[in-house]
Parts: sequence; structure tokens; C-alpha cells
Amino acid sequence: MWLFKQLQAFGQQGVRAMEAMGRAAFLLLHSLTWGGPGSATWRDLVKQIYSVGVLSLLIIVVAGFFVGMVLGLQGFTILSNFGSVSALGTLVSLTILRELGPVVTALLFAGRAGSALTAEISLMKATEQLSAMEMMGVDPLKRVITPRLWAGIISLPILTALFSLVGIFGGAFVAVDLVGVDTGAYWGNMQAAVQFYEDVVKGLIKSVVFGVVVTWIAVYQGYDSVPTSEGIGKATTQTVVISSLAILGLDFVLTALMFGGI
Amino acid sequence: MSDSYISMRNLSFYRGERAIFKDLSLDLPRGKITAIMGPSGTGKTTLLRLIGGQLAPDAGEVRVAGRNLQSLSRTEMLTLRRERMGMLFQAGALFTDLSVFDNVAFPLRTHTKLPESMIRDLVLMKLEAVGLRGARDLMPAQLSGGMARRVALARSVAMDPELIMYDEPFAGLDPVSMGMIVKLIRGLNQALGLTSLLVSHDVQESCSIADYVCVLSGGKVIGFGTPQELKDSDNAEVRQFLRGEPDGPIPFHFPASDYAQDLLAGAN
Amino acid sequence: MRMRYIELAVGAFMVVGIVAVVAMAFRVSGLSSDSQGSTYVLKARFENLGGLTDRAKVSMAGVTIGRVNKIYLDPKRYEAVVEMSISKNMNTLSKDTSAAIMTAGLLGEKFIALSVGAEDEVLKDGDWISETQSAFMLEDMIGRFIFNNQGKKE
Repeated sequence: MWLFKQLQAFGQQGVRAMEAMGRAAFLLLHSLTWGGPGSATWRDLVKQIYSVGVLSLLIIVVAGFFVGMVLGLQGFTILSNFGSVSALGTLVSLTILRELGPVVTALLFAGRAGSALTAEISLMKATEQLSAMEMMGVDPLKRVITPRLWAGIISLPILTALFSLVGIFGGAFVAVDLVGVDTGAYWGNMQAAVQFYEDVVKGLIKSVVFGVVVTWIAVYQGYDSVPTSEGIGKATTQTVVISSLAILGLDFVLTALMFGGI
Repeated sequence: MSDSYISMRNLSFYRGERAIFKDLSLDLPRGKITAIMGPSGTGKTTLLRLIGGQLAPDAGEVRVAGRNLQSLSRTEMLTLRRERMGMLFQAGALFTDLSVFDNVAFPLRTHTKLPESMIRDLVLMKLEAVGLRGARDLMPAQLSGGMARRVALARSVAMDPELIMYDEPFAGLDPVSMGMIVKLIRGLNQALGLTSLLVSHDVQESCSIADYVCVLSGGKVIGFGTPQELKDSDNAEVRQFLRGEPDGPIPFHFPASDYAQDLLAGAN
Repeated sequence: MRMRYIELAVGAFMVVGIVAVVAMAFRVSGLSSDSQGSTYVLKARFENLGGLTDRAKVSMAGVTIGRVNKIYLDPKRYEAVVEMSISKNMNTLSKDTSAAIMTAGLLGEKFIALSVGAEDEVLKDGDWISETQSAFMLEDMIGRFIFNNQGKKE
């Protein structure tokens, strides 16, 4: 009897999750396009890119530098066992361009910008600003969600590119200046091994996908939140958790499709 | 009674299993201030949303200005809201990213093609009417609760609507601000010939300005009339509510077992 | 004024992003160096590729003069066929040039080393390299070593 109840609860949760996904899909489709009375303008988009992208720069660049340095150091330690230290540049750059760049940037973005977006939208819902817009005949999705969604999609690839570049230089700093790898070996082998379309571009494609997914989750959680102070907190947490899982899961799928030939 | 601006017939609305309204019929007169009151949770805000078309009834019909809301297309509904209705939300619901001036100008800029100079004049006039013309460059975060509500009021009359709905306009205000809001509600109603719908708990203030009072309880109308008529009503619940008596048909004690027995049970 | 600052910041942000991508294109992936410039195709058959992959370098006397373009199996002769893009500057390779699959370093990747021959005629676009040497298989060498030792013992 107890087991039956558990199954029932589980099933109900599943149904609710399905409903949520349906609402989320509708939100995405409806918000990708611009236009309508009172909807957002270029200025709103620029303001959002500032708040979501530019303000995340510091954390992304600092993180990128540290990640690159750690890779350089660890890579050096491991490769010296095989006498293949000349492959360090290749190791650092491929790891960052293909995996760490897109994934770590997206995770940090979800934590910093994603949670901020969710909190902001959730607060607007709780203070009835969204209802007020509806009562004035303005579509709150077009006014509030659309510019934020596009700001995220545009910002994340840019942030990823910066993370990757800074990371590779961070690795170079450790390799060449700290542990004495030959600078020619670091950069030369890297250039031979890294291909623009295969590695750089595919990494950026990943970041575009992540940008869509993370921003979508953040915006949906805010819009669908319970309009109380607890609700805001819960929605914000959900954004970070769900985004992180989605990023990691999608990363596997994308890697398999793009690099693994599964 | 003059013709009804809003009329509801056999309105039913459910939230999940619970019936918020069952078979409700109500007429709200044009050009007058009607206060809707009732115990917490009777769905007063839900009623406003049904009138504003944000929610659709499960049964029955809602007519505003003679038009059945169900029969309107999405565009027609938006037009109706835009041109005829204004709503004042509980905490004002000002857009936090815009200044006071831009908040009031928002409906004008969105829905009309008026030149900026005309919009400026209109905004200043509305702000003057609520006494906040000098505050036009402040941001909502810098306003007190009472001021924010007055700005929101200016915003809701920006498009010169026919109907204004007030959701708990007196909640949480100090006596002075409350006096201001009361004065504004009455003044605007007369000056602009509006139909005003006031949802509130505050019996004293509401009765002081309302032409008609409607008391809801248990999803039904238990009293409708002028404030004086209802204070002398036969219905005990209506009297309890309007006189603010702590006990009566709406009980003081939450249902519980016998008091003496409960205390004694703990002693064992 | 604040809006202008924001617009400036966003513009700078996007420019820096594009610069980063371009920097990675050239500095990190060496986009400019090879794959630009015109090339011609040479083909060769090998018994065993031993781990030679697409885009492996083709070199002569240690200098990279081309890249492996395509690898596939010849279904009739059951041999591996490798197509290489060689820089057009190197168009004086003799017809008896040989191609060998070598390893760069101990654990390094495989590449093709060309050694020029003595004939006067040169290889042209689409020609086959006739002399080829397959990759050294570590297992074969070990096997040979053991076999030789066993022989000696007897």
C-alpha cells in the first residue's frame, strides 16, 4: 500500500514535470521573437547584455586564468612521467577549447547571471509588475523575457571565448615561465594540433547551446515561481541546480556528437 | 440604480477542487464607487482578475460595458483593457527600472502615437492630480509606500479609463497617506466620471467613500446595498463584518476539541 | 550619461569577444600557417597504417610539406590508401620518391616521411607513390626479437 502511494506520488511528480516542460517550451517559443506593443527595444537588449555579460567578465576571466594555470601545472606533472612535456600546449589548449571552456564558463554563468535573472524576474512577479503589464495590454514575455533571453544567448559564447583565451595563456604562463617548458614547444605543437573548425568553433557551438539552455532555464524559473519571498529563493536555487545538471548532461551528448562519432 | 457597468451571471470559478465562486450574480453600477468586502480568502482579488479578463470563469458570464468577456478575441480583450480599464495593484506594482515620470508615461508611449511633448503634458497633469509632480524624476525604490501608490494611481488613469479597480488600496498605509488616497479615489471618481471598484478589508475607510458595498462570503454575495443599509442588515454575518465584531457567524475559535479535556489529557 | 557608459561597455565586450576568437584562430590553432596556399594531391598504398590519422603531417627531411587528406581501404587489394595534399611549392618530387610511416618521439603521433629518389620525371597531381613502407609495429619487433633469441639458443 505504501509502495503504491509512493509510485502514485512519483507519477504525479512526473506529470507535473511534463506540464512544467510544456510551459517552458511555450515560454521559449513565444519569447524568442520581438515585437508587439510595449515590448523590449534595442536599448533593453544592450542593458541586459551589460548586466548579464559584462558584469560576469571578472569572474569568468579570473576563473579562466586559474583553470589554465592548474591545467598547465597538472599537465606538466603528469606528462613529465612520459617524457612528453612538449605535448603540454596541446593538452592545455584542447582540454580548454573543447571541454573546460564551454562547460566551466556555462556553470559560472548559471551561478552568477542565471540566478540573478531568476531572482529579478521572480521579484517582478511577486510585486505584481508582470500582472500590471498584462492589465495595461503589454505582453510581459515580450517586454521582460525576450531581451534577457537574447542577452544570454549572445553573451555566453563571448564569455567562453574569453575564458578559453585567458586559460590558454594562463597555461602558457605556468608552462613557460614557471616550469621551464620551451615556449616554441608549447605554442608550436599546440598550433599543429589545434584546428580552428574542429576545436575552436565546435567549442563555441557548445557555448551557444549552453547559452540558450541556461538562460531559458533561468528565465522560466523566475517566470513560473511562486510569488512569495520563499518562492524567489526556491526558484533561484532551482535555476542553479537544473542548469548545472543540464550543462553537464548536454556536454556529454554534444561531445559524443561532435567529437566521439558515437 | 443606474445601468450596470459590470454584471456577472451565474459565475462559477474553481481553484483545483475548491469552488471560489459558485453561481454568483452581481451588478456593479456605472459611475459609482462600489466597495467589495469580505473575510480573507473569499477570493476578492480573484474577482478583480475575472473582471479584468486575466482569469476565465469555469461557468457563467462576465459582462463589462455590455460586452461578454468570453466572446472577445485576444485582440479585442487587449483593446478593452487598454482603453477602458485601469488597475491599481496592492503595492503599486511600479516598474522598478523606470522613473516615476516614465512609469506614468508608459501606457501613453506604448499605446498611443502622441508626440513626446503632449505625453509630457499629460504625465505632468496626472502627477499633479495626485500631488507628485515634483517627484517625477525619482525611482520607485526611493518612494515611500504611500507615494508609490499615488504614482501607480496616476499611471492607471493615464489613459483616461472608464473603470478603475483598486486592490487593497489602504493596506499598510499611515493615516495621512490613507487620507490622501481616500481623497484621490473620491475626487477622481467624480472628476472623471469613473466607475470605481474597491476591494478592501478596511471597513471604515471603504464605507466612508463607497456609494455601494458588496459583502462576499463563502463564494456568494451575502449583502449588497449602501453602507448604511448593510450596517442595519438582517444578516448576522454582514453585521459582524461591518461592525468589526470579533466573534459571531465567523467564529473566533478554530474548530477544536473540548477545552477542559484537552488540558487534562496533557496532565497524564 | 549612464546609458552611454553601458552602451560603450557592451560594445567593448562584444569587440573583445571577437578579438578573442580571432586570436585563437591564429595563435592557438595556427589557422594561417598551413592549409592555406595551393596544394596538389598524391596517393600512396600501405599494408599497415599503424595509427596514422587524418591531418597527420607529411614531411621531407623533417620539414612539413603537406597533410594527410583522406584515408580509406582499397576493397580490391585490401590495402590502406592515403591521399596527401602537398604544397605546390614542392612540385619537383621524383617519380621514385618513397613514403614511410614514422613515429614522432616515443609515444608520438604517426606521420609520413617522404624521401626523394633519383629519377628525372616528377610526380604530378593525382599520381601514386610507388615505394611505400608501412609503420613499424611494436609487436612485430618484439616477436622478431624473441624469435631470433630462440633461434640462437638452439
